[in-house]
Amino acid sequence: MSKNTPLHQAHLDASAKMVDFAGWDMPIHYGSQISEHHLVRSDAGMFDVSHMTVVDATGEDARAYLQNLLSNDIAKLKTQGKALYSCMLNDNGGVVDDLIVYFIHDSFYRVIINSATRDKDIAWLNRQASAYPNLSLRERDDVAMIAVQGPAARERALTIFADGQRAPVESLGRFMAAEVGEYFVGRTGYTGEDGFEILMPVDEAVSCWQGLLDAGVKPCGLGARDTLRLEAGMNLYGTDMDETTSPLISGLGWTLAMSDERNFIGKQALQAELDRGVQQQMVGLVLLDKGVLRNHLKVVTNDGEGKITSGSFSPTLGKSIALARIPAGITGGVEVEIRNKLLKADVVKIPFVKQGKSCI
Amino acid sequence: MSNVPSELKFLSSHEWVLVEGDVATVGVSDHAQELLGDLVFVELPEPESSVSAGDSVAVIESVKAASDTYAPVTGKIIEVNVELEDSPERINDDPYGDGWMYKIKMEDPDEVNDLLDADAYTESIEEDD
Repeated sequence: MSKNTPLHQAHLDASAKMVDFAGWDMPIHYGSQISEHHLVRSDAGMFDVSHMTVVDATGEDARAYLQNLLSNDIAKLKTQGKALYSCMLNDNGGVVDDLIVYFIHDSFYRVIINSATRDKDIAWLNRQASAYPNLSLRERDDVAMIAVQGPAARERALTIFADGQRAPVESLGRFMAAEVGEYFVGRTGYTGEDGFEILMPVDEAVSCWQGLLDAGVKPCGLGARDTLRLEAGMNLYGTDMDETTSPLISGLGWTLAMSDERNFIGKQALQAELDRGVQQQMVGLVLLDKGVLRNHLKVVTNDGEGKITSGSFSPTLGKSIALARIPAGITGGVEVEIRNKLLKADVVKIPFVKQGKSCI
Repeated sequence: MSNVPSELKFLSSHEWVLVEGDVATVGVSDHAQELLGDLVFVELPEPESSVSAGDSVAVIESVKAASDTYAPVTGKIIEVNVELEDSPERINDDPYGDGWMYKIKMEDPDEVNDLLDADAYTESIEEDD
């Protein structure tokens, strides 16, 4: 029996094509994935992301707990409301999950983790909590979440807030969040565009969705969400990294706070990997020949083989692009094996697209 | 409900065939393009190549996946729809018209008797649902 978000009926009413996603019945598109993609790059679209897992860590030990759990350092969060992207690692330095943590106040952090990894994440969070008596972890399955994304997303989304609540939302800086009445609004996202991720009580979800529809924001499915995040060079857990790959070979070295005294789970393994020399790198690929790069395809370089971790068609560039894990140090041209043919691709810097504009 | 023109023949793997004399024009059905979603790339057979019924001769790729398509009959490829190289979305927009893929000069026109008619194809896609 699949799970439904509070917006399930709204998706059916909008003629969404529904698919199973990690046990949830979710919209993949509402007619055209590519049109939805372009809409987010040019105007505004919204995604039901209520399937994602929200966990509140509260209590005097919350900060120490998260500093041990996360490979990025929440001590960087100096301002209330500030968000941080991090991985949580296992002892081998593999990625248990990636997440966003919001600093609400000294004894209150909100963590948003993936939906497909919910069960093992919750088990991991609880297991690591035992050393912290003054810590409470609470999964917030009483909240729904809508991501509004695109150059016009903020302007359109502001209309759903009452007069007294609009100002704090309007003034949110990037990667900042605020509690606004019953809503929790973060200026974050997973598309490479400006916008908000809005958390709300489950019974407010339908009216919030309708308010955004009335403001001219169109619904977009998980299909467009995937091509948008790929163009933005954002990793997808389970595809681009997992428990067997360290952040160092997953393009996530920038999220590691290694230099200070702080210890965290997986730090020793990462240090050992750095001392040995990191053998692989995550790069962007742009296909020069005709075709479409797909997950798991073999990449042939002049210094050994690699593999595509996420490949698709980029609607913004009109070309096929991919994230790939290849031997360290490779730049320039590589080949990708598609149906027994070797096609030419260029290694490029990530992201491919930033705020609607090509970066390649 | 997807469109299944009665004058066409079909494979259960969703290719359609328009028979005119000994020439078969082949494309993929409206139902197939709906299942696949937005198409972004089509790999067509080589003109002048010989194909056998059941051969995988063309690949159509949507944003999410690549799908093989199969030759419905045996013969020689006499024409391919080169417009699809730059505009694969024609298959989404007009699967039975501008979205045609290739034409085969049939060796044995009686082979079309082995194909599904529109009613049988409609039945086969209803079973899938």
